[in-house]
Amino acid sequence: MKVRDYENPDLHDPGAPDALDRREFLQRLGGGIIIFFAVGDAAESLAGQARGGGRGYPTDFNAYLRIGDDGRVSLFTGKIEMGQGPITSLAQMLADELDVSPESVDMVMGDTDRCPWDMGTFGSMTTRFFGPPLRAAGAEARRVLLELASESLKAPVERLTVSNGVVSDKEQKKNTVTYAQLAKGKTIERHVTEKPPLKRPAEFKVIGKPYTRSDAAEKVTGKALYSGDVRAEGMLYAKILRPPAHGAKLTGADTSEAEKAEGAQVVRDGDLIAVLHKHPDEAEKALAKVKAQWDVPEAKVDDKTIFDYLLKNARGGNPVRSGGDLKTGETEAKTIVEETYLNSYVAHSPMETHTALARMDGDKATVWASTQTPFPLKDQVARALNFPPEKVRVITPFVGGGFGGKSPGQQAVEAARLAKLTGKPVQVMWTREEEFFYDSFRPAAVVKIKSGFTASGEIVLWDYNVYFAGSRGAEHFYKIPNHRTVATGEWSGGGGGPHPFATGAWRAPANNTNTFARECQMDIMAVKAGMDPVEFRLKNLSDERMIGVLKAAAEKFGWKPIKGPSGRGLGVSCGIDSGTYVAHIAEVAVNENTGKVQVKRVVCAQDMGLVINPEGAEIQVEGCITMGLGYALTEEIHFKGGEVLDKDFGTYAIPRFSWLPKIETVFIKADDSPAQGGGEPAIICMGALIANAVFDATGVRLYQLPMTPERIKEGLARRTGRPAAA
Amino acid sequence: MESISFTVNGKPVSLNTDGERMLLWVLRTDLGLTGAKFGCGLGLCGACTVLVDKKAVRSCATPMKAVAGKEVVTIEGLARNGRLHSLQEAFANHDGLQCGFCTPGMIMSAYGLLLDNPQPTREEIVAQMDGNLCRCGAHTRILQAIEEAAKTMKGAKR
Repeated sequence: MKVRDYENPDLHDPGAPDALDRREFLQRLGGGIIIFFAVGDAAESLAGQARGGGRGYPTDFNAYLRIGDDGRVSLFTGKIEMGQGPITSLAQMLADELDVSPESVDMVMGDTDRCPWDMGTFGSMTTRFFGPPLRAAGAEARRVLLELASESLKAPVERLTVSNGVVSDKEQKKNTVTYAQLAKGKTIERHVTEKPPLKRPAEFKVIGKPYTRSDAAEKVTGKALYSGDVRAEGMLYAKILRPPAHGAKLTGADTSEAEKAEGAQVVRDGDLIAVLHKHPDEAEKALAKVKAQWDVPEAKVDDKTIFDYLLKNARGGNPVRSGGDLKTGETEAKTIVEETYLNSYVAHSPMETHTALARMDGDKATVWASTQTPFPLKDQVARALNFPPEKVRVITPFVGGGFGGKSPGQQAVEAARLAKLTGKPVQVMWTREEEFFYDSFRPAAVVKIKSGFTASGEIVLWDYNVYFAGSRGAEHFYKIPNHRTVATGEWSGGGGGPHPFATGAWRAPANNTNTFARECQMDIMAVKAGMDPVEFRLKNLSDERMIGVLKAAAEKFGWKPIKGPSGRGLGVSCGIDSGTYVAHIAEVAVNENTGKVQVKRVVCAQDMGLVINPEGAEIQVEGCITMGLGYALTEEIHFKGGEVLDKDFGTYAIPRFSWLPKIETVFIKADDSPAQGGGEPAIICMGALIANAVFDATGVRLYQLPMTPERIKEGLARRTGRPAAA
Repeated sequence: MESISFTVNGKPVSLNTDGERMLLWVLRTDLGLTGAKFGCGLGLCGACTVLVDKKAVRSCATPMKAVAGKEVVTIEGLARNGRLHSLQEAFANHDGLQCGFCTPGMIMSAYGLLLDNPQPTREEIVAQMDGNLCRCGAHTRILQAIEEAAKTMKGAKR
């Protein structure tokens, strides 16, 4: 990886293309071989993109890679790097198909003028849906290069072999030519008529091998640039006047004192009032001098009343799946369990707040933004500026965490509007308070489950209703003859919903809530059936992949069957997300005086099909487990109507080093199965995992996330019996 | 406005500025050193951590007047002659980072600890690092990296 220069993007840009036709695009890219391919085999991807209201990957042709005359390979992707690791894994995929070293691949990510259109980086879709067409491009490029080498070396293609970008003749080892030599000065334009096959797992040299992060050198030296680190000549830093609550209306503002601050420039455009200064801290000081009056609507709901409020406002359930007959299930069941599960609003809290720099160059706007969705953002900025989309370029430097929260790009629109109004480059970097205020929270949600099982522990009834979390992960995977799953309301707030503020995708949206409810319900049934929770699940499973991960987790953990609550503090949970199967087992300790839960150990078994980068996949599992401790134990947004009461990390507690359990990860070897998602699945189990372990430790069942010390103590106070010590 | 002199990464700096301004913004805007990050502005996350006279401090909550005459070291000053510091190497080798935004602050906090206590126990490392937040969940690897760096640095001293 070369250290990229975001300060001077034009350095890399052979002529900032506007609306490019294909020929022009080729000309501007200059030297090197460019491989075009159709993305027909990414049908699932296209369907997915269409679902998101997007345009789909371009159907004509797209450049995904370039082999330069210096032998380096540029990989162009609309995906962005926010810690989840495609900067390493995509390079691995391309390198293996091309037969080059992954170190020779330079990543060009999330630049709307240089990369193929992409809906955005979310839903654990990069490996699953961008991976296959990328690998196909690499395979075809290799094929073209071999044909060129065959002419150059005067040897048939069948006699050639490639290693690290050097093609050699198997019969005359000294007869070699490099990709760089072949590519030099040539541009080859071709359609794919017959696609060369992708490499089989046995042929992989790079895929499936552990690689540490390729961006580490930049990130440990402070050289890695994030949006807030990009500098432009004459730039100003903007601080924007914010309302005290969502829904508040500005009734008056006196900016005269702020205007007197030395070097400050006050900009007012409708409701947008901003103070700009060449130093961000001075801009903030001057903004504090603005006297504003607001009309704040009366609060109708708060974090205590929200659940009743949501249920009252639930309209029109969406049937997810059903089978058999619920009445039959009720008749056949010996024991019926009916429970309600709750979870609060949860913030994304990336360490980097939403940040953007916008610069006007004549009739064109360039925006450097911390965003998960550069292409949709480009359109959003164009609409805000009343520019044609081709006059807006979004460049995505490193993103300091997203987790679903950086799909909305309000800060980039603000920067662009201010740059247009002032004619100067403008940076908008949200404060932590703004980040909490404008976050698109994971929605508060309610799940109601009525389930039943027979005397022998077979589940025969499953009536599942989820409200406002969304349908992802709502569908159960147990063998239950009579079942119905209904989802009411999705996680996307989108106006008109009952939430007092924006809601949105939060790492594995909906699935955290659904898995919490389903896997707690499974545990409750296991206890009532007098069965071990792992054995109860296995008895009711027929899906071989789920059985595989559950057994693998139990084996790694050293699980000894016992009926709960056992006093051991052990919990189990499993689920499916983004095509990946996960099963977790944990051990916790509960301090009954303080109500504090310490998670001591978590074992995760994951079946994600082909693992592109085992190292990258493992750190994603660790990240999921660590982050998941937060929504399980402490994280909830406190609010009163549209007023968000949590403004900093003093009241909103995210996981810390002292919370850390020992984490062990097992990957199921499944090289012949397509690669599935890895950034989200392992977080979905964390709520039920810890709730089940807390129950096993104390005999107290909690139905609401997060399981704060207060809620644990309330539960302990209600407790009638306690489990025998293990 | 006052004239404030100090050193940054070994180089003398003299600025005419307001002594109440926070070091973070002077580093990031006046001096163009963007390695220290803004995460919260309240000293609650550690992303802005730098060393002042060999102590790890939150630069977002350190006024310039407190820096006068002192030695400031930022993440940019850790590598010497193009060679990564043991901590930087260990963070890279252990994948002690994901999005990387908290990384400069993590490394500088750990550096402050190791200068003070070259052979910390796991508990001492956790205690020092507990005020540094990471949202990606790289904690497991960060602890491993700090432990390895402590070993390497101890070896180098012998």
